[in-house]
Amino acid sequence: MSTQAVNGSVSRGKVLTLDTMNPNVKKVEYAVRGAIVQRALQIEKELKEGVKKPFTEVIKANIGDAHAMGQKPITFLRQVLALCSYPALLEDNKFPEDAKQRARRILAACGGHSIGAYSASQGIECIRQDVSRYIEKRDGGIPSNPDNIYLSTGASDAIVTMLKLLVCGEGHDRTGVMISIPQYPLYSAALADLAAVQISYYLDEDKCWSLDVTELKRAVTAARQHCNPRVLCIINPGNPTGQVQSRQCIEDVIRFAKEEHLFVMADEVYQDNVYAEGCKFHSFKKVLFEMGPEYSSTVEMASFHSTSKCYMGECGFRGGYMEVINMDPEVKAQLTKLVSVRLCPPVTGQALLDLVVNPPQPDEPSYSMFMKERTEVLAALAEKARLTEKTFNTVPGIICNPVQGAMYTFPRITLPQKCIDTAKEEGLAPDMFYCMRLLEEEGICLVPGSGFGQREGTFHFRMTILPPTEKLKDVLQKIRDFHVRFTKQFS
Amino acid sequence: MMSSLKHVNPTVKGIKESAHSVLQSLAAHVTQEIAQVLAVCLHPELLGNKTLPLDVRLRAQRLLEVCEGGSVGSYTDSSGIPHIRQSIADFIIRRDVGVPSYANNVFISAGSQKGLMVILKLLASGEGDTQTGVLTPMPCPHTLPTLLDDAGMTLVPYQLMEDQGWAVDLSELHRALKCGRGHCNPRAIYISNPGNPTGHVQDWKSIEEVIRFAAAERLLLMVDEVYQDSVYGQGKEFLSYKRVLFEMGKEYSETVELVSFHSLSSACMGECGLRAGYMELVNMDPEVMYFVDTMLCTDISTPVTGQLALDLMVKPPKPGDHSYDTYTQEILLIRATLSQNAQRAHEFLNDLPGMSSQPAMGGIYLYSRLHLPSDIIQKAKIVEVEADVLYCQMLLEEEGVFLGAGCQNGETTGNHYLRLCILVPTDTLEKVLAQLASFHLRLIDKHPPTDR
Repeated sequence: MSTQAVNGSVSRGKVLTLDTMNPNVKKVEYAVRGAIVQRALQIEKELKEGVKKPFTEVIKANIGDAHAMGQKPITFLRQVLALCSYPALLEDNKFPEDAKQRARRILAACGGHSIGAYSASQGIECIRQDVSRYIEKRDGGIPSNPDNIYLSTGASDAIVTMLKLLVCGEGHDRTGVMISIPQYPLYSAALADLAAVQISYYLDEDKCWSLDVTELKRAVTAARQHCNPRVLCIINPGNPTGQVQSRQCIEDVIRFAKEEHLFVMADEVYQDNVYAEGCKFHSFKKVLFEMGPEYSSTVEMASFHSTSKCYMGECGFRGGYMEVINMDPEVKAQLTKLVSVRLCPPVTGQALLDLVVNPPQPDEPSYSMFMKERTEVLAALAEKARLTEKTFNTVPGIICNPVQGAMYTFPRITLPQKCIDTAKEEGLAPDMFYCMRLLEEEGICLVPGSGFGQREGTFHFRMTILPPTEKLKDVLQKIRDFHVRFTKQFS
Repeated sequence: MMSSLKHVNPTVKGIKESAHSVLQSLAAHVTQEIAQVLAVCLHPELLGNKTLPLDVRLRAQRLLEVCEGGSVGSYTDSSGIPHIRQSIADFIIRRDVGVPSYANNVFISAGSQKGLMVILKLLASGEGDTQTGVLTPMPCPHTLPTLLDDAGMTLVPYQLMEDQGWAVDLSELHRALKCGRGHCNPRAIYISNPGNPTGHVQDWKSIEEVIRFAAAERLLLMVDEVYQDSVYGQGKEFLSYKRVLFEMGKEYSETVELVSFHSLSSACMGECGLRAGYMELVNMDPEVMYFVDTMLCTDISTPVTGQLALDLMVKPPKPGDHSYDTYTQEILLIRATLSQNAQRAHEFLNDLPGMSSQPAMGGIYLYSRLHLPSDIIQKAKIVEVEADVLYCQMLLEEEGVFLGAGCQNGETTGNHYLRLCILVPTDTLEKVLAQLASFHLRLIDKHPPTDR
């Protein structure tokens, strides 16, 4: 309390220190932006100041940011957003009519006809309606109710909101949340922040990172000893692994969720990013409804999407939504209340989302350019996915599963014992040690597998496949050479 | 259903409903310069569009250079684009007549509330009577009690002095703190200047008093200065807490932990939908600041269009720029409208029987006392709502006018208040006042008031 004031002379210790800080915050980590990225930024600064290095630029292949790596935005999307921002441009005949029509519609739905106004907390109504229609079309007509759509500040916002809603209980009764190993570290960070119990289930690296229900069963059964498992998180297509779940697998997961009374959170932000032959995106909701009313009217689910990935790559807008299915009305009321606390998601993001779910149609002027750009982006990613897998598999000591979807590769690396020992001495995870070396020697920034979780004794790194093809070839070559050198050095 | 209400996070269930979904949609306006610059940044093809002023296009070009890959679609650093953090620091130095400000102490977030949530989260600890408490003004911004609930903190109310234009009273601060220590661990004090919703603007002496109090009682000082650009009261000016702090000598300026907030959702900008704000952390433990960045990481980054608008807000057009005249006129008009509206609304409401208001000196609200007839108070008790909420509901039903009820601002004294947003076009205000008067007089006529 204020013993210092009572003493008269005020002690100059701070009110807010690591010791007096919220203990949960200390456990929050986000590897995608952690220590290695800090070092990468430092190196960039040094390069700018003219310090000599074995490379001239830092390639940040650590974060799924397409535009930062040179991917161009889709013309139609940006035209509409410019019109929304400065409506006087509606008079400019350089803008196509379909872009203007959408801008007018969005502006009409905004307060005061301006994207500067707050919107309703759940998101602009006509945009939620458009999202519903998109989902219905995508899922072969299965109905979607706009009331079940919550627009959000990127998918991350919606994911954290749902977790917050569902975490309760004390001690043995504390909510347990199942998440894959490896996983996208937003989940583990959020669970640490909420002091929820993380229940890890391992994806099968030998079977192309597929999900096995027996493993889910093992994990949940063990977890019941010390917590109350209530949520199952799936990322499909996967991050960092890129695996695309088969339809059968999704059915098995839904069946499992029903048996174990789990709320399913389906993170589907990479739904357009599917490359491998024979792979297809199946939405969890669609599969659920095709399993008949026994499942479709009981299994509780939330699915998430965003404007940051797919062919748009518009991370900076923070657009996204979630659809909740079979939620108890009283619980839903609490959810609606919870989202109102943060006022509203950014309106530019909402507008962008509207365009993503409402793209140019075949009979509209912008259609052919839009489809051309979209196809080019996705084709380039598919090509880079194949190139990456092929190249890494030529390196002795690197095993790379096919990149079936998403934007990343998560190859397994063999590290010599000497490297493991040296890393230990320096207090670093061996794959962090490896990645730091790579950064210092080649200026390539990756994220060590330890940031995502992996089986004990295995090592990985996550690299994005986003750099332009020529640069990517160069990066792959450099990593190959580095790996050989490194292995030799530490034998 | 598998998940029922009993399985919902108790912290979430504890959040009190806050009716702000029908917010000031009338208040939205975008200065032309910002609208144009953003349009060009969104669609860089417009860089060659000669119908747009040169300074706009040059500005957009400069801003695109600080975006990764030259695109507003990229992520940024979690604490904000470094160039923009520096712009903000420069703005603060200019505003505070030379007091140093560093980009590394400036954290950009998606709206000032997000920044506030991060600080609250860091502070929150303990349970029951060791739970962190925050001294909170009554009345306070209507979203604040909800945020405190959400962060799991105890609200320790201190009354602002209505008869002194809603000024802060030191003895009341002491009383509130003493009371708070009885049931929680107060570690921070929150204040808004200009006051939200009161419109009170603190003078130098008042700010000094609060700083001294916070220092002596070891409280982290959180200051909401979001309406700093709209001060219109006679002889009043905005003084930042930081500026006053730095004139109080090293004993204070090197020790008092101060967090101040600003945002696009201010009076002159009104860019609420773009969702960007910033906070400046002064004398914060560097190890703690590391976690501020980590907490902001979970949102990955603030929307880029919002960040760009912040840059435009803190570095507006200069004399000689093509956009300067239009910009200056727009700002002058907004300020004049606000000042006029504040004056008009204050006089109008004061003239109504059963209403009294303190003049607002700044900000976007008028906060008016309602002396309600005892019948209305009774009626409210029966349907289990606050009387001012009932009043507002009836007003909405009968006249279609939506005003805020004082209880949303945490009012606990048993008095009733009305919160009127004055950041609206003048003729809209006239309409609203006329409709309010019509409704109010009808009500008073039907139910004689208890007192005046």
